Formats: sequence, C-alpha cells, structure tokens
Amino acid sequence: MSMNREGRPTRPQDAEATSETFTGNRALMLEEPLLFEIGDATLTGVDLEAAPQAESRLGGLERNRPIGLAGLSEPETVRHYTRLSRQNYAIDLGLFPLGSCTMKHNPRLNEKVARMPGFADVHPLQPVDTVRGALEVINELAFWLIDLTGMDGVAMSPKAGAHGELCGILCIRAALEARGDAREVILVPESAHGTNPATAAFAGYRVENIPANADGRVDLEALKERLGKGGEGDCDVAGVMITNPNTCGLFERDMKAISDAVHEAGGFVYCDGANFNAIVGRVRPGDLGVDAMHINLHKTFSTPHGGGGPGSGPVVLSEALCPYGPIPFTAKTKDGVVHLVEEENAAEFDHNDSFGRMVAFHGQMGMFTRALAYMMSHGADGLKQVAEDAVLNANYVLRSLEDVLDAPFGKSGPCMHEALFSDKGLADGFSTLDIAKALIDEGYHPMTMYFPLVVHGAMLVEPTETESKAALDQFIGALRSVAARAKAGDKSLHAAPVHAPRRRLDETAAARKPVLVWREPEVAEAAE
Amino acid sequence: MARYFTEEHEWIDVEGESATVGITDYAQEQLGDIVFVEVPEAGTVVEKGGEVAVVESVKAASDVYSPVSGEVTEGNSALEDEPALVNSSPEEEGWFYRLTMSDSSELEGLMNEAAYKDYVDSL
Repeated sequence: MSMNREGRPTRPQDAEATSETFTGNRALMLEEPLLFEIGDATLTGVDLEAAPQAESRLGGLERNRPIGLAGLSEPETVRHYTRLSRQNYAIDLGLFPLGSCTMKHNPRLNEKVARMPGFADVHPLQPVDTVRGALEVINELAFWLIDLTGMDGVAMSPKAGAHGELCGILCIRAALEARGDAREVILVPESAHGTNPATAAFAGYRVENIPANADGRVDLEALKERLGKGGEGDCDVAGVMITNPNTCGLFERDMKAISDAVHEAGGFVYCDGANFNAIVGRVRPGDLGVDAMHINLHKTFSTPHGGGGPGSGPVVLSEALCPYGPIPFTAKTKDGVVHLVEEENAAEFDHNDSFGRMVAFHGQMGMFTRALAYMMSHGADGLKQVAEDAVLNANYVLRSLEDVLDAPFGKSGPCMHEALFSDKGLADGFSTLDIAKALIDEGYHPMTMYFPLVVHGAMLVEPTETESKAALDQFIGALRSVAARAKAGDKSLHAAPVHAPRRRLDETAAARKPVLVWREPEVAEAAE
Repeated sequence: MARYFTEEHEWIDVEGESATVGITDYAQEQLGDIVFVEVPEAGTVVEKGGEVAVVESVKAASDVYSPVSGEVTEGNSALEDEPALVNSSPEEEGWFYRLTMSDSSELEGLMNEAAYKDYVDSL
C-alpha cells in the first residue's frame, strides 16, 4: 500500500483489489505527478535553432546555471491539466451543495451571448463610439439591478462581492465625512460572512458584534441598546452590515425595524447580498431601508464563479449614498445615448462627490453579458420563480433530513435557500468533518462546514433552484445514509474518503507546515 | 497566584500586578487543531475586552479578547513555530501573552474555576 510521509495510505482502500497496477493508475483514475516530475529540465518542448554566438552585452550578469523549469511538450502539458481537471468536482458534474456560495447552473445561452464578438472582443481603451452596444448592455444590466433591488443607483465596477462591500462601506464613509460626522464603529451580527468584519476593518472602522436571539436572527433590542449608547446625538456607529437572508438560512423579519433604528441614529445600512438568490423578484432590499448592497452576479445571476478572473460584484446604492458612488459608470441621456461617466465629464452628470475610482475600467464585461442574458431569458416572472424554487428545494432538504440530523433553527419556521444542520446527536468521536468526507465517497462535493460559527459543527446545504426532485432525493439519501452511520458510531467513517483519488489528507499538517515550492527530491531531503 | 476565567474562554493567572493569559482547554477543544497563532508584541497597550490575539484552527479564525487592561510585557513566541502547543497544553505551555495590569479591580467580574466549569457545562 502506498503511504505518504506521515504513514497514511494515499490510495483508495479496496479489500478485493489487492493487486497494484504497474502505472499506479486505477483504470480511469489516473495518478498524476507534478509537472516538474514529468518534465526534464534539460529539454524544451520546441525545437529552436541554436542561437548564433553573439557577444554578450550583459556585462557579466549572464545566467550561469540552468533555470530549472520543467521542459514539456504540448501533449504532455495538455494531458497533465486535462487529467487533473478530471479529478475536479464541478457544477456540470453534479449537485454542489456548498451553502452560502450558491453554486448555480451556468446556462449555455449565457455563453453564446458572451462570445458574440461585439462583447467578447472589445477593449476598454477603444473609442467610446465603437462600443456603444457594450455600454448599452452595462446600462441595461444596471437598470435591471436597480429595478430588482428598489434602489437608486448602482456601481458596476467592483470586481467581487468583498470588493463590492468595500465600495459600499467607502460610500458610507464618504457620506458621513461629507456631513462632518466621522464615526468609528461598524456593527456586524455574529453570523456574518467573514468578509463583512474584514471589509469594515479594512475601511478603517472598528468592528463590534451584534448578538443573535434564540431564533437565529439579529437581536433587535440589543442593537437598539448599542445604537443608543453614548446618549442622543452622540452615536459612534457608522453603520451595520447585515446579511439577509442571514447565514443561518433565515429571513431577517425585523429588517425594516433594524434599518429604521440605524437611520434614526444617523447610521447607514449595508446589506450583504450574497443570499439575494432566495428573495430576488420577491423582496426589494430598497423597501427594507437598505442603503448599499453588493450583488454577486455569480450567485444570483448565474455567471461562472470567479468569472474567469476577475469576477463582478456591482453595488446598488440608496438615494442617500448615490452621490458618493465610484466612477466610472454609465448614464443614458435623453437622446438615448449611453455615456461612460469618468473624471473628465463627472461634472456634466452632476457627480461631483464621488469617493473616487476602485478599478481602472468600467467592470467585467464578460460577467455583465452573461448576467443580463440570464435576466432577460428568465424575465421578471422567471426570476421570481428562481427564488421560489431555491427556497422550496432547501426546505425539502431541511424537512427530509431533520429526523436524522439536528436542525438548530428548524423550529424558527421555513428556511430560505439554505438548510442548516449541526453535529448534535452524532456518536462520540464523530464530527461534521467525517460526514463531509463520507459525502465525497458518495460522489458529492461536501456542504459548507463549520460555518456559520454560531452553530456547533455547522453543515450548511444550499441545493439551488435547478436541482430536480430526483436529484435532491439522491443527495438526501446519501446524506441520510452518512448521517445514520455517524450516529451509529460506524468507525469506518473515520477512514472516508476511501474512493477518492486521495484518502483523508492531513489538513492540519498542510496548514501548519505547508510545502509551497517543489524542489528536487534530493534537495528536499537534504533540507529536512 | 489566582486563576480567573472569562465567558469568551480566556484564562488569566494573576500574581501581583502581572498576569499571564491564554485560552482554555474547552476553547481549544472547540476550535480543533490550531494552525496559527498571532500574539501581541511587548509594549502593546490592551483594553479589557479588546481584541489582543488571533487564533486560527482548521475550522475557523477567532479573536482572543484581553480579560483585563494593561501593557503587554511578552508574547509567547513559541506559538509562532508550534501553534499545536495550544492544543497539547492550553493552560500551561500554550499561554498567549503576559501583561502588567493597569486596574486589578477589573478582575472582579471574572469567574473562578468552579464558576467557569458550571458555565461550560451550561453551554
């Protein structure tokens, strides 16, 4: 049996198949070495004529030893990455229950639209007159986002959700500073996404927690008490950052009251829009008093995660924050022409108080075209059904499993688009990690685990709207079987995954002593 | 020497004006394998309840709050290379920092060992 350095087996365990293969491959499960192990540093993938001997003009700075890069031919390189990609899990392979991430199907229609040359082959430095169609798309998408959220404006340039958060918080800072009211604190609920406190701290604020009540929602009274601290007219709270629906999978029913209390204290409300998929077309955050909210186009509007680099996280803004939004953005004049508003022409568009610019250009065109294609192909009624089906699917998962897994907020009413379970009731010595690893054997990417932090051994499952009942039933069956084994104390679970390309890896050692650079085996050994 | 505990699962050993702070056995148990610890440098002025250190496990990153106000005299540099000490010896070798307390009356609201045990049992 092959072992890693710590003496753990690296191959699947199979009592029947005792014979090792010559190659180390198991049929289509291929053992893939590193590129450096495949390649030969003394070879190159292309034949080049020897360069004519010319006198060096580097004055003694010539390279005096080989660079040490692996020499690889094109087929070797292609095979390496293709083989690795086969070990990957993807939304195109199966249900991807990663809660809080909204691993949505990416419709192929989006791809067709995004590849149209007028969108795919434009350059941000092209003369504006040659990209009117692309600008029209950005403006149209902005219109949809504003309409769906009930807000006043949108900053399209932020490149990701967390970048959008920073954009929103910088708008809040600019608005407060404009009225000469520098404040120091951003309040964040205990169940917040980790990026929320990070964003607030990055923008120079001090972060304080708002506790949750027994229901798993924000404790409104505690919030009011904190806002009132310091007496009337002397509030140090710049704003709150709230995720709604929250990460416990629940809708913050008191959202309007929360917003009112924050506004009354002179603060602003930032809503983390990561969970917008649960309410799109049903609830407009603007109606709940939200001042700024980022929208992860990849979560709610089906663009690929990461966007092929970079992503896109537009931020919708309330009337109060709009004047401070970043440039550039698009604006349509009465003659129907869409303009790109930048430093030079901001005054013409009455946008003189912008906090500045976050990125060089207007945003991620490839994501804009895909998101707009998704919106227009679904229509307003279709998007509403997206939210309904996402919530229905999550509730189906929640209610189908709550007899075998502990659902800490199962009694708080229906969940939104995520079902949350805890590790309560598992046999002694069995954890959420065991369940996650066993799900890999069942052919699923594990659910989100140990988040939100307020729930012990949390398992957050988000099936998304496109999964059929049959697909959900199979997943539920797999999770039920694994959970039952963990409750019964089936020790074989500790060995999971046994069918994956690698057995259970030592995540602790990987974090404590990461090996980040490949070195020749003899060099690596000598260093130890 | 007297040992006190906080609701945030820090312990503090007090001897005169100086004190040593770490996280409890219960805390390390909940966090799981610790992979990274950031302790304050000597000279850092900390406030009671203020964030003073960071502890990261395979599951989560958490802040450590100072049980009392004062000035840090020493951070436990051994944790940099061996964060696992927090798992193996949370209440001895895995201490986080030492400080000189500025207001020993702040100790009054903290729990003693028996009270902390009851508190943990109630969670």
